[in-house]
Amino acid sequence: MNAPLRRVGVVVMVLFGLLFANLNWIQAYKADEYRNSDYNGRVQVAEYERRRGNIEAGGTAVATSKETGGKLKFQRSYPGGSKYAHVLGYKPVNLGDTGIERLENDFLAGTSDALLGNRIKDMFTGDETSGGNVLLSISKRAQDTAFEQLRNNRSGVKKGAAIAIDPRTGAVQALVSMPGFDPNPLADHDTNVASAAYNKYEQDPDGPLKNRALSETLPPGSTFKIVVAAAALENGVGKDTEIPAGASWTPPTSGTPIKNAAASICPEAQVTLMDAVTESCNTGFAQLGVRLGADTVKEKARQFGFEQDDLTVGQLGEGGLPVAASRTGDMQNPDGGTDPAALAQSSIGQNNVRMTPLQGALIAGSVANKGRQMRPYLVKQLLGPDRTTSYYNAQPRELRQPVSGQVADDLRDMMVSVVKNGTGSSADIDGYTVGGKTGTAQSAPDRPDHGWFIGFALDKNGNAVSAVCVELEQAGSGGSAEAARIGGKIMQAAIADAGGR
Amino acid sequence: MVLVAAYGAIVEANLLDTVTRDFWMPAAALGLVFLGMHLVIRWLAPFADPALLPAVALLNGVGVGFLRRLDLAKAAPADRETLAIFAGTGGRQLAWTLAAVILAAGLLVVMRDHRAVSRYAYTLGLAGIVLVMIPAVLPGRFSEINGAKLWIRVGGFSIQPGEFAKLALLVFFAYYLVRKREVLSLASRRILGIDFPRGRDLGPVLGVWLISLLVLVFEKDLGTSLLYFGMFVVTLYIATERVSWLLIGLVLFFGGAYLAYVLGGTVGGPFANFYTRAEIWLDPFAEPYDRGYQLVQGLLGLGSGGLFGSGPGAGEPLEIPEVQNDFIFAGIGEEIGLFGLTALLVVYLLIVERGLRAGLAVRDSFGKLVAGGLAFTLGLQVFVIVGGISKLIPLTGQTTPFLSAGGSSLMANWLLIAVLLRISDAARRPVNQGGGPAARPGGGPPEQLHGAPTEVIRP
Repeated sequence: MNAPLRRVGVVVMVLFGLLFANLNWIQAYKADEYRNSDYNGRVQVAEYERRRGNIEAGGTAVATSKETGGKLKFQRSYPGGSKYAHVLGYKPVNLGDTGIERLENDFLAGTSDALLGNRIKDMFTGDETSGGNVLLSISKRAQDTAFEQLRNNRSGVKKGAAIAIDPRTGAVQALVSMPGFDPNPLADHDTNVASAAYNKYEQDPDGPLKNRALSETLPPGSTFKIVVAAAALENGVGKDTEIPAGASWTPPTSGTPIKNAAASICPEAQVTLMDAVTESCNTGFAQLGVRLGADTVKEKARQFGFEQDDLTVGQLGEGGLPVAASRTGDMQNPDGGTDPAALAQSSIGQNNVRMTPLQGALIAGSVANKGRQMRPYLVKQLLGPDRTTSYYNAQPRELRQPVSGQVADDLRDMMVSVVKNGTGSSADIDGYTVGGKTGTAQSAPDRPDHGWFIGFALDKNGNAVSAVCVELEQAGSGGSAEAARIGGKIMQAAIADAGGR
Repeated sequence: MVLVAAYGAIVEANLLDTVTRDFWMPAAALGLVFLGMHLVIRWLAPFADPALLPAVALLNGVGVGFLRRLDLAKAAPADRETLAIFAGTGGRQLAWTLAAVILAAGLLVVMRDHRAVSRYAYTLGLAGIVLVMIPAVLPGRFSEINGAKLWIRVGGFSIQPGEFAKLALLVFFAYYLVRKREVLSLASRRILGIDFPRGRDLGPVLGVWLISLLVLVFEKDLGTSLLYFGMFVVTLYIATERVSWLLIGLVLFFGGAYLAYVLGGTVGGPFANFYTRAEIWLDPFAEPYDRGYQLVQGLLGLGSGGLFGSGPGAGEPLEIPEVQNDFIFAGIGEEIGLFGLTALLVVYLLIVERGLRAGLAVRDSFGKLVAGGLAFTLGLQVFVIVGGISKLIPLTGQTTPFLSAGGSSLMANWLLIAVLLRISDAARRPVNQGGGPAARPGGGPPEQLHGAPTEVIRP
């Protein structure tokens, strides 16, 4: 019986050999695949093993991590609630991350290549240091103001957005979208709580998760007249040149007359360009646009940043939050010929013209900054875990130059006149020169109009210090004045916040 | 035991950030137990294979250490440093180890000669079948845990009678086969060049195969039926030295398994469980959060461990359901890596081959069959469960000998080791020494039994 016993021994050897080979397959060959599998909860545990860095605005942490004592060691928390939600995004356990949390995830988590040195140091010292910190360009004071003023707007509007940038650098000073959402429940470690919160926000018809300041476009109304005015200034029209106006004007191909917002606005047959802007004269700009032609208007809008599909706001060098392209839309007949009716409507920011609030702020900013448009950004600095080593400092970059310095000066004078003598008076700030343009845009025949304001503030030396765009969705009559008032408040706060720059 | 103590210390360092002053206590307790066992062996079976006890002790120690590590991970961080050594699953395992070792020592005391057991072969065989059958006939609430009817549950206490039935049945097989040896190996018809035994001799094989299929059907336990069947076929093969038995066994087994798979897919009913397991095995990632969850997490655990493992206490074995039991090998594998697991497999292999060696060396057929059968069964069990969790074969609920939490398994396997120790003692005993019935009177120089002719005992 010894021979079969020996063979049984060999069989056992073979069986164990199979086990060994299979374990090799799993633990050596397939190890990486399994280790990084989506189903592998260990990845997540490891991710929450290190304290995630802060995101800060104006020296205050607006996204922090606190120790939990649970399996996932650190929980993300957002002390500002919904105030910074659209900038920060959120870092959930079970959902996709968004906003700055997503953009700077590697750096915040401490896994970025830039922090390799830190990780190696930790390996030797045994410390579990946290991830790096992200410093935002946002001014805490401007953001507070924008958030409070939008939420408590006097028109009782529920949806809207405000964005302020520093025209000289492109640094975003404030970015608020309304309605907002609280990112805290989304980052809850209880995945059921997080999913429930997400579903609630996702199904809300008001769309609180939408970043209206960057990714939603609406008809800009009269604020678009600045673009048309710029085109006119470059085509032989001075700011004091008389242009045709009138109480009513019917474009050649259309039976529908274009009227002004009130009977008191430019009823005379001719007004200067300056007055047309100051009073927001629809008939004047409709005729001006038709005279310039669709190509000229569209080209000017493109030079201001319309039609750009790939703009992002984050770090200057690389990706960021996506910005929806603003569009001038179709101004032609279906057969390709000129459609003066459509062009006339487009010239006063109606028809198919759509603009993001950021685009509005960029237009105002480039006017204020002598025609130079700076690339907007949100991330000012990346600080290492030790808070002393800096890994990134925003170096402002010019994005484009839509108008010459001379044209910019003329536009500036006209916009200042709007605030001084015209429709934007509620944006005025003591001690500063404020320029702007209001807009009232029809959304649909049966819905209230949108209220817009784009504007800038200049200090005593004529330097642009802030540019803003406020949009109140379906605000009705008086909406643009309220938008102008909020715009002024935001710029005032941004200027006053020395730490914001 | 130094290894086990070091393991405990590393676990505590990783989980608690400090090593408590009591880290050595479980290891010391185990050390005392195994030292006691060693003395018992020195006294009762002085010639027993010296490699067996340390090998088993290492496995058992790693098991206790890992279970304690799971307890520490489960406990609230504040309670971790004060976790008593007999608390939790690890503590219970420590207590079970003590009980199992005492039981094994008791068996060595009672069973001075392994051949004496053959007198009770039929009783044991009957007892074995009864033990296997009990959970099947008991109502589900007394016998069912996680869908498998393997237990006898009384109050909070549960035992798995199948673990003990394994031993009893093997003794019966060995006895029956030794008696029928000649007739099985000689009387046969040759068909297509293969020797087939006569139908009436085939009867018991078919009977046991049917029993194992019944176990599969009623207790929803493929692993146990596979184990019994493999055990029987191999003892039969050793007894008759005929390869045809292996072929017949394999054909019957694969035929049965395939039939069960097909039936499970079409008819469902009692075969559905097996069908499900086969489906999971074929593609565990098809339903990673549902039916395949456990296997997927086990594989991810093994994969995350990689070559070197994450280090004791630094992994996340609690991600794997039932890690203290069926999947303990995956949990340990995450923390000690491929190299650690290989070491553990080699220790198992050592035990199995030493058991087979005892079978080779012992003189009587009954001892050969018992030792060979037990050693093979142990190896097969390791293969079935480790193969199951590593997706080599379909997963079947089996304990990992000496590692898994659970008193039944631990005690049954220690009894198995006691029998192997006894047989190896008989095998290595010099002819002219010792007072056992096996010893021949003689005055010459000590004659080892290795070369002595096989003795066939007849009842």
